[in-house]
Amino acid sequence: MSKEKKKNEGMTLITKTITNSLVSVIAMFGAYIALYGHLTPGGGFAGGVIIACSFILLTLTHSKNISLKIFPDLAASLLDNIGALGFAVIGLLGFTAGAFFYNFIAKDEPFGLLSSGTILFSNIAIMLKVMAGVFAVFVGLSIWSRIVSDTDKEE
Amino acid sequence: MVEILLIVFLVFAIIGSLIAVETKNLLSAVISAGVVGFGTSVMFLYMGAPDIAITQVVVEVLALIVLIRGTIAIDNISIGGPRDTLPLFVALVFFGAFVILGIFALSDMTQFGKPMMRVSEYYLNNALAETGASNVVMSIVLDYRGYDTLGEATVLFTSILSAFVILRRHGKKAVSEKDLEHVGILENE
Repeated sequence: MSKEKKKNEGMTLITKTITNSLVSVIAMFGAYIALYGHLTPGGGFAGGVIIACSFILLTLTHSKNISLKIFPDLAASLLDNIGALGFAVIGLLGFTAGAFFYNFIAKDEPFGLLSSGTILFSNIAIMLKVMAGVFAVFVGLSIWSRIVSDTDKEE
Repeated sequence: MVEILLIVFLVFAIIGSLIAVETKNLLSAVISAGVVGFGTSVMFLYMGAPDIAITQVVVEVLALIVLIRGTIAIDNISIGGPRDTLPLFVALVFFGAFVILGIFALSDMTQFGKPMMRVSEYYLNNALAETGASNVVMSIVLDYRGYDTLGEATVLFTSILSAFVILRRHGKKAVSEKDLEHVGILENE
């Protein structure tokens, strides 16, 4: 009985199959939006939220166990802190060239991935921070306050 | 042409928010409130601000997911009953004051489509040469105005930290009946 229930956890087979093939593409698109933020529209915040949405999609279609196995809440908390600290450290490292948030890395030629010095690394730090933070808040709101398990029981 | 489209989307957003206020079902209220966000993002896209449009869509989708997930779990998902007169009166007074002050404030703004270009002109001319970023928005957010973004990241960090502390699983005391009596939940049942 319990095995049967585990098999039927989450949504239907159609949503599960589509999610399985789409979730990596969504995460990759989020990484693209964040990493190319200095070249094309987007940025660390939007990219981080898109990656977090891919994990939320996994939680909603499958079960909380799968997404928490890939991305545990402790790791989310750690990544959140690392991202925030990294962004502050990038700002502080600007003092090596004279000013807070100075763009101290030598620039490549324009329109390349490394063309804009610290902006790329700030985007990566913000992406990590927002991704982990948004997913952690979703976990806190839906799983810790047992919303997901309650509705699963009803279905 | 753009202005007509903007007005159309604005009307859609207003209709959606009115439905969200007036409907009895919480779930359909959440979904119709989403019209405002998506309409705003399309408006940003037409005005040539794809950065803000992307962020708006993404945050809107996320907020809708979280809100829907939150409203589904609540047992009583319909709101009814007549409204009290005093709160309605206060709301109307504040709405009127907001409209009057808004007319004064908006009459001082520059005309639509003709922004003030004092600082922005410098950014547009020098951003690519000084920062190397071809996306001028990112060069402003993370280079010229990095300090502001640090403050924004601090706000996000603090709010997520407080959400973690309030919603945490470990180290919480189990709720006893005495606590519930104190809060007054048991009285309603």
